[in-house]
Amino acid sequence: MLRKTFETEIQQVKDEILVVGSMVEQAIVDSVDALRRRDIAASQRIFDADQEINRRRFEVENQLMIMIATQQPMAHDLRVLASILEVNSELERMGDYAKGICNINIRMGDIPLLKPLIDVPRMAQKGADMLHRALTAFVNEDVEAARKIPAEDDEVDELYKQVYRELMTFIIADPTSIERASWLLWAAHNLERFADRVTNICERTVFIVTGELHEFTDAEKEFWRKQ
Amino acid sequence: MQTKLVEIAPRQQVRTVETNNKVQTKDLQVFYGKFRALADINVAIQENKITAIIGPSGCGKSTLLRSFNRMNDLTPSSHMEGEILLDGMDVNQPGVDVVEVRRRVGMVFQRPNPFPKSIYDNVAYGPRLYGVRRKGDLDSLVEDSLMKAALWDEVKDKLHQSGLSLSGGQQQRLCIARAIAVEPEVILMDEPAAALDPISTLRIEELMHDIVQYYTIIIVTHNMQQAARVSDFTAMMMIDDHRSGRMIEFGPTQDIFTNPKDKRTEDYVTGRFG
Repeated sequence: MLRKTFETEIQQVKDEILVVGSMVEQAIVDSVDALRRRDIAASQRIFDADQEINRRRFEVENQLMIMIATQQPMAHDLRVLASILEVNSELERMGDYAKGICNINIRMGDIPLLKPLIDVPRMAQKGADMLHRALTAFVNEDVEAARKIPAEDDEVDELYKQVYRELMTFIIADPTSIERASWLLWAAHNLERFADRVTNICERTVFIVTGELHEFTDAEKEFWRKQ
Repeated sequence: MQTKLVEIAPRQQVRTVETNNKVQTKDLQVFYGKFRALADINVAIQENKITAIIGPSGCGKSTLLRSFNRMNDLTPSSHMEGEILLDGMDVNQPGVDVVEVRRRVGMVFQRPNPFPKSIYDNVAYGPRLYGVRRKGDLDSLVEDSLMKAALWDEVKDKLHQSGLSLSGGQQQRLCIARAIAVEPEVILMDEPAAALDPISTLRIEELMHDIVQYYTIIIVTHNMQQAARVSDFTAMMMIDDHRSGRMIEFGPTQDIFTNPKDKRTEDYVTGRFG
């Protein structure tokens, strides 16, 4: 087989993407857990650890630039490298959502939570699970798995709406709770965006395999949900 | 002239452009004795576009290129079957003036091959052969050809020096000027930059972009990046089990290099075969 060195390099970058992905997964679950427990020290640790995700993101980007310049990838190889570049920056942004949730906990200080968190940790768990499977499908170029995942984003959206409605009832009942409700709404919003970005990763897997670059439509999500 | 609508990018955004098929082959076969070197070539080369022919060594790229102006006739024992249409006219049919075909379809080779004559005489050689005699006419033809070949500024003060005194890259542009001087419609280029350094190569590629508005260009190249950089369309060739060259894929260059349909094209352009 020709181009063994190049294929090894592609595999190494994919491995690194999985490492960054697992760091992001952990960060999002832990950030919500720290918020749930009001553990400010834990939030600070996760907040600081985001720097490592950012550092690795630049390292991957640099490695990809070298590969593009030295190996002149074409066709499937080109789609793989371009997609890794995209997924790499998606992961960094997803890490920022975890960092944002830590920031909320830190800024809340001594103020107690408006209510115990139930749906928010569910959103985090679901998002992390979707990310895990999306990245597995991405590195394995499993287009069928990648097409099924975006339909699950609707579950996260539903949870978000539920959190929103619930927090609204608190605000209506007691307008002085606006600030504490806003913090939780902000956290839930980050989680909703987190899951949206998983869909972007799935789109790249489809692109690598088929060469088609497009957003999943509602009809497509519905179709794959039934498969 | 044949005009039809073709789809350029059917998958993502469908857009149609009006195009002319300048050169078209129909079931073209080329034989060397009993050996079939090219089998069932059906391709439509569009006017004022650059078409690249790629494929591993020995797949018949140069044979196909040389068929377009019947240069294969010069190889003993070769014969062709099928049609090669130049503006709809079959260049193979009896009674066709092969010299006129080669005027209309010029050629540039891998190694620059200027005649051992002055720069001026290299360019004026073809027009003189075709009967241009008046010095004023020849002077303006030489200047115009050298301008189009992006060589005029470098040689205008030494037109009577030997063509062989120029650098390799300049010699190749001189050969392009020589090809242009007889006012061809199609220019065939067989690895025109293979013997040149990277800067001269880029100058040739830029030149191709500049002159394609006047000519239809068909280039054979082993350099994938060159094919990707310069061409509008790419034809991928490969030999079959009988060692005959076949065209396995033809399409817009952007598709061939980002998302080829044929696995063998994919393997070739990504460097896994060849």
